[in-house]
Amino acid sequence: MQIYLPIADIPVNVLVVLVMGLTVGFISGMFGVGGGFLMTPLLIFIGVPPAVAVASVTSHIAASSFSGAISYWRRRALDILLAAVLLAGGLVGTVAGVWLFTKLRSLDLLDLIIGLSYVSLLSIVGGLMVFESVRAIVRSRQGQPAVPRRPGSHSWFHGLPLKMRFKVSRIYVSTIPVALIGFVIGFIGAIMGIGGGFLLVPMLIYFLRVPTSTVIGTSTVLTLVTMAAATILHATTNHLVDALLALILMIGGVTGAQFGARAGQRMSAERLRLLLGILVLTVGFRFALDLLVEPRELFSLRIVGAGG
Amino acid sequence: MKRPLTALMAAALVACSAQSAFGERLISSLSTHQVLVGSNFTGTELVLFGSIERDAATATRRGGYDIVVSVIGPRETMVVRRKDRVVGIWTNAQSYTFDGAPSYLAVLSNKPLDAIAPAATLRRLEIGFGSVALSQAASALGLQPPGEFREALFRLRKERGLYREDPAAVTFLTPTLFRASIVIPPESEIGNYEVDVKLFADGVSIARTSSALEIVKVGLEQFIVSAARDHSFLYGLATTMMGLMTGWLASIVFRRD
Repeated sequence: MQIYLPIADIPVNVLVVLVMGLTVGFISGMFGVGGGFLMTPLLIFIGVPPAVAVASVTSHIAASSFSGAISYWRRRALDILLAAVLLAGGLVGTVAGVWLFTKLRSLDLLDLIIGLSYVSLLSIVGGLMVFESVRAIVRSRQGQPAVPRRPGSHSWFHGLPLKMRFKVSRIYVSTIPVALIGFVIGFIGAIMGIGGGFLLVPMLIYFLRVPTSTVIGTSTVLTLVTMAAATILHATTNHLVDALLALILMIGGVTGAQFGARAGQRMSAERLRLLLGILVLTVGFRFALDLLVEPRELFSLRIVGAGG
Repeated sequence: MKRPLTALMAAALVACSAQSAFGERLISSLSTHQVLVGSNFTGTELVLFGSIERDAATATRRGGYDIVVSVIGPRETMVVRRKDRVVGIWTNAQSYTFDGAPSYLAVLSNKPLDAIAPAATLRRLEIGFGSVALSQAASALGLQPPGEFREALFRLRKERGLYREDPAAVTFLTPTLFRASIVIPPESEIGNYEVDVKLFADGVSIARTSSALEIVKVGLEQFIVSAARDHSFLYGLATTMMGLMTGWLASIVFRRD
């Protein structure tokens, strides 16, 4: 069943997009991530212009993170105060990200920067995940107890001012690194069309030592608000949000996420992390191919406005 | 949509008729003058019927008649970019801007253009891929856009069915009655399209007539496009609310506790 996307200006098969939404939703539910890092590339590969893909996926992530946030809220598994400080930085980062997105688009550099960011970010994060989880699996095979990596009790930023006590997470840290982490996630998310959960969760655990009981719920709140803000900003500044595309993705995404979450509970954390790492690396590799292999068609055409 | 179709066609026939200095009159009519693009739009095909009217004084043409139908969509500013390897990475390097290339171009005829009229005649009448103007700036300076970018423009538009040169799209039903099929692919720009019909005999253009067709977005399609453009903040807000609603519904439908 073909449907014509009004903003992307291309006809697509509804079933293909729905299945993509389901699959990415399943994966995101299974690993507890937003799935934007998979959805944006998939849309680009089926022919949606990169700028429209990034802008539309932000609203899809807002949808999936909202249903996540509700279920964490019911279980009281989120730290509102920590989320608020992260958000203070996150919203500034989102505004800065959308500004740079618009700037790069007018300089014709957007597609290249999106490609390069995906390659570098995904290969680093994916590589680290695979490395860490293989090491942990090997260690447990050898009968040694899995040693969770704990950073030193006092990092350099523990000396920073503006300390705050986050009661729910039982941590006492400066608000500066917290807001900074929020800024980085909001900034990257707006440019790349990702929620950043797969970056934020490790950062919160390793740098701030947020306990696992509140980390995912808190990260979901940040994702929700930054992505909702990014949707509105992308719609206002670039007119690139395709509501029809977003709706199909959302319906597939939130449904798939429910089944993914159930499948994920039956797997060990290390194995899940290895699988996610391999997935992240594969997407990064696919982007690298596009940049490194001579394309079949060297020319591309874009309509920039009505002519005389 | 029950219109008095016959009356409309009669009006169109009268409006589109044109007397030539050579005695032939060319009359044409399109099967529709408006193409509606909804969310289920997957392209369409229009039919143009035409007739060559002769009177008793008209001389017989030994070579017979030839018809060229040119359909030209709204002109747009298009940027064609070429990728080059820069420090090992394939990225857009050079580009050329065509300010005023037709977003749609169909050149339909009953036989290959070079068999209908000499190249110089085709160029003067701006018929065919080799003659149509693509850039005002370049034309003003009497220049042609660089060859490889021009070829790339034609190739990329042809791949999507937006440019088409078909020497078999016009068929003569009788020696003076013809039909042409105009394919409108799904990606066609909205706007006004000129349909220009030219009659040739013995390599000379002897009559012409033109009409127009309009492609408009309707329904949800039109609503989303105009909302995104004219009320962008509300549109963004609505899209976000739609996301929150979907997420909330999912959390209720799939609630497990």
